[in-house]
Amino acid sequence: MTETSTPQAQRGTDRVKRGLADMLKGGVIMDVVDAEQAKIAEASGAVAVMALERVPADIRRDGGVARMSDPGMIERIMGAVSIPVMAKARIGHFVEAQVLQALGVDYVDESEVLTPADEAHHIDKHAFTVPFVCGATNLGEALRRLGEGAAMIRSKGEAGTGDVVQATRHMRAIVGAIRRLTTLDETELYAEAKELRAPVDLVREVAATGKLPVVLFTAGGIATPADAALMMQLGADGVFVGSGIFKSGDPERRARAIVEATTYFTDADVIARVSRNLGEPMVGISGDSLATGDRLEHRGW
Amino acid sequence: MHTVERVPGEELAPGTVTAERREPGPDAPLIGVLALQGDVLEHLRMLAEAGARAVPVKRAAELAGLDGLVIPGGESTTIGRLADLYGLLDPIRARIGDGLPVFGTCAGAILLASSALSADGTPSAQPLLGVMDTVVRRNAFGRQVDSAELDVGVEGLEGGPVRVAFIRAPWIESAGPGVEVLATVATPAGDKIVVARQGRLLASAFHPELTGDARLHRLFVDLARRSRQDREPN
Repeated sequence: MTETSTPQAQRGTDRVKRGLADMLKGGVIMDVVDAEQAKIAEASGAVAVMALERVPADIRRDGGVARMSDPGMIERIMGAVSIPVMAKARIGHFVEAQVLQALGVDYVDESEVLTPADEAHHIDKHAFTVPFVCGATNLGEALRRLGEGAAMIRSKGEAGTGDVVQATRHMRAIVGAIRRLTTLDETELYAEAKELRAPVDLVREVAATGKLPVVLFTAGGIATPADAALMMQLGADGVFVGSGIFKSGDPERRARAIVEATTYFTDADVIARVSRNLGEPMVGISGDSLATGDRLEHRGW
Repeated sequence: MHTVERVPGEELAPGTVTAERREPGPDAPLIGVLALQGDVLEHLRMLAEAGARAVPVKRAAELAGLDGLVIPGGESTTIGRLADLYGLLDPIRARIGDGLPVFGTCAGAILLASSALSADGTPSAQPLLGVMDTVVRRNAFGRQVDSAELDVGVEGLEGGPVRVAFIRAPWIESAGPGVEVLATVATPAGDKIVVARQGRLLASAFHPELTGDARLHRLFVDLARRSRQDREPN
């Protein structure tokens, strides 16, 4: 006889929030500004899309205040694709996050790409059923976000530049600090937690397991299949590509190529093949040429 | 040349695996996990716990010698597209035709099905293996805010209900006469199939690999062990 379960369903648990990020591992999440781009992303093999009104390169160009996207636009994208849809809320703007949860988006990105709404506080993410992904430039920042309830971390990089160097710096900083933690003894971990300005329980957990307790993606400046594979070899579990796809000459082809390079990230023959005749990459600006005030990586703390 | 091979989600520092890893003997069944995208690592660990040798599989040549294959959770459109592009669908179908046991969870259950529906019930055009006589409705339980942990009783599984996670989960909308229904869940739309078996093919709508209960994996490893013995009579 078949067993029928009458479920006492528990929604919004850490396991369920982190679980969706686990399903995205080894995949590429693409920024899209309308339903048509979302369909191209899905057909190219994206595991999720980030719905936003302007990609970071345009936010950078236009200046002004960047806010949560129009709910109507997010809903059109949700209606257009079967893969998960993420959307961005401003740092600390918990009402934007409440709105995104009410819309039914699958992940909220509390993002430095938008103009911060609070100078001292990030969103209390434990208070939500929808899971959050947050950016980090180093291990302490990642652990503070986890303490606030983030269910996924992405290295920040420098969004909208097409310059991968900050993404490399942040991945190396996070991974290097994790490796270092695993060499410390129990007593040293207390002082290290103070240095990292991070909850000691999380510091101890990372020291014992050699990894974050959530999925670690990379973001900010990834423009080529080789960039994506570099991040995967540096220890990323997956890749966000923002402006890099739809600001390039042949978005569909580039999207497919980055997906393949992310799966076969140690196979230089695959990366060479998919990189051939890809057309113009996004134009790009050197992250280091930006004035400090123009650097998004310094938003959030 | 130095390349860094790792399964996404793995430790970033060597030698820090907390869970004791049992080394299965050379006689243990060899089970591949399709490693194009998704929660490959969780399956590798559960299979090892259930007594199998477990390896990631990204290419058709790596199917040789397997006693079983797991198709993990992930995005079924992404996994199906890459499997198609890298020539894995036909070789997997051929191995299944020869009796290879396959366990698909969530996206894996979709890939095994003969057809897939979108959440709204319209046909979803995507590459599938099409080896199980099932129709699967994607994201049938809803979006992420509806994702949940729950206890599901599975026929033939001793020790009571198993704690599992449904993540943007599908259900099996209908199953042909050759398909055994092993578990259903009561929903507002009626009882829906969440575990089904057709010969050596096993499909679950949920993720047993996320919650630490290895009983379904043990069931599958037993299937793989028996299939190995059938192929290699003493």
